[in-house]
Amino acid sequence: MSIQAEIHAATGGFAIHAAFDAPTGSCTAIVGPNGAGKTTLVHALAGLIPLRQGKIVLAGQVVEDPAQGIQTPPDRRPIALHGQHNLLFPHLSVVDNVAFGPRCAGLAARPARQRAEEWLSRVGLADLAGLRPAQLSGGQAQRVGLARAAACQPAVLLLDESLASLDAETRTDVRHLLADIEATRVLITHDPVETRVLADQLLVMEKGEIVQTGTPEEVAGDPRTPWTAGLLDINLLTGTASGTQVALHSGVALTTATPMTGPVLVTFSPAAVTLSTVEPHTSARNTWEAEVARIQPESDRVRVLLGAPVPCQAWVTPQAVGELALSAGSRCWAALKATELTVREA
Amino acid sequence: MTDRPTPKEPNRSPPIAIVAMAIIAVAVLALPLVGLLQRTPWSTLGTRLGETATLEALQVSVVVSLLAAAVSMVLGLPLAWVLARLTFRGRALVRAVVLLPMVLPPVVGGIALFFALGRKGLVGRALQNWFGIDTLIGTTAGAVIAAAFVSMPFFVITAEAGLRQLDPRLESAASTLGAGRWTVLRRITLPLLAPSLAAGATLSWARALGEFGATITFAGNHPGRTRTLPLAIAQANEAGQPEAAIAMSVLLIGVSLLILIGLRHRWIAPRTSQPDTSSETSPS
Repeated sequence: MSIQAEIHAATGGFAIHAAFDAPTGSCTAIVGPNGAGKTTLVHALAGLIPLRQGKIVLAGQVVEDPAQGIQTPPDRRPIALHGQHNLLFPHLSVVDNVAFGPRCAGLAARPARQRAEEWLSRVGLADLAGLRPAQLSGGQAQRVGLARAAACQPAVLLLDESLASLDAETRTDVRHLLADIEATRVLITHDPVETRVLADQLLVMEKGEIVQTGTPEEVAGDPRTPWTAGLLDINLLTGTASGTQVALHSGVALTTATPMTGPVLVTFSPAAVTLSTVEPHTSARNTWEAEVARIQPESDRVRVLLGAPVPCQAWVTPQAVGELALSAGSRCWAALKATELTVREA
Repeated sequence: MTDRPTPKEPNRSPPIAIVAMAIIAVAVLALPLVGLLQRTPWSTLGTRLGETATLEALQVSVVVSLLAAAVSMVLGLPLAWVLARLTFRGRALVRAVVLLPMVLPPVVGGIALFFALGRKGLVGRALQNWFGIDTLIGTTAGAVIAAAFVSMPFFVITAEAGLRQLDPRLESAASTLGAGRWTVLRRITLPLLAPSLAAGATLSWARALGEFGATITFAGNHPGRTRTLPLAIAQANEAGQPEAAIAMSVLLIGVSLLILIGLRHRWIAPRTSQPDTSSETSPS
């Protein structure tokens, strides 16, 4: 279900003005500092906060438009929300919490419970079906909340920091789950990896407004605000690990310090990449000849975007750019220490 | 929430002054009862309680107090919701008026009811003209109204406190999962409110059971219709039959104690865990 939204809404004296489109089945990530209005935006989409002006259109159908006097209540929108606070119903068991949405959708008790159990096992919590929410840990409660929203099988799924309190391992599993869900997804996150892996589109919100839109790669390559740069300044590559070797999709292999097997995500800081004009002979385990795709001067440093065979960014000083005679299209050598690489399961 | 063990201070004797004061408080509340029990004619208690007049009064008491509690709940819950959830001018005034019967001497309430609902009263005339209700005075319905007048505030104040403690975000969360207003009320709000509602119902019922002043002033003292146990006790006492009064008092104390003990978890020391409803998954 596609989303076309132009949202002007306010809560507690704080107003947001944001417009975005999302195609059917896409995943839109919203990032931004605390208090930027991200939660207000998804609450407005869900119908928990009325629009002052603007319009929300889902699959061509106007869901809310104050000018036309249309305001579909939350329960009539094909939207499910998993909020930051989980808000599990304390008087219902875990499985009944998850079955709540399907029951509201008119499913009989038994199939609803069945679907709830399926979702619980998908988030790895089938064993906890009979417990009360108060007996769960923070991470478990978060997964139950996510399963509860997903069990509604909504056309649009809104996720407000749904992975925030999960440990690294479950986070990977749940990320896979989110990637597989068919719904059009809008997720608020603070995790650059989540953003890069899941999102087709990235919205950067600051002070109630969307300050930048683009694919995660576009935004990371040209962050418009210091906050965005701080969040997204991380190189991310995918590949297949075998021991301490990670074969990238381009065919080049990187050496890491952490032995792993199977598909992995490799992340490293742009500050960890050093550039030189000749092939370096250093302790760095990874060296390659790279093509400079773009040079982007910032206030106190220069962001050098490297192209094939290892697409990544490097930070260098303005002096270094001059000494190395770097320009778009020129070639240089890059070096990266194995210990600078963080490897995690993809 | 799970039951948490009460934190205990190890190896410290409790503060003597506080314990002493607590003992005095219990004595103030319990000694009169001991005095009553000491004068109770235990040997003839059975026959006295079996007397028709006593059984009749007990029956009127049970019917009137339960109906008054039911009226308090049915009318009091929407009122509590309005007070807890809506912001409007004069809410403080409305709440003060609602709670007034808790402070007023019940006899004042009885007189007020008499002038409002009596034959010549403001509402009483309308009842007669429109509904053909001749009078509420002297009827069981009148006794129920008198009892509800004094007992409803207890339900309203408890239910309102419960509603204020309830996180409205839970209701919002339910609505984003597809629950309409009615389903939210039935499956989220009311179940979460159940302990408060039970506490409020118990309090208002207990108040209605002990009601005397408003009932005798407004509804009168008619055996089998408005003469509840408290009225019958007062009647017997004034008529120089202290033993009958004592016997009925013991009965009233017994019934009240039984019910208070039965509901102690819901009212005085609520258990932190919610009542089990795990098998219930029906929202429609």
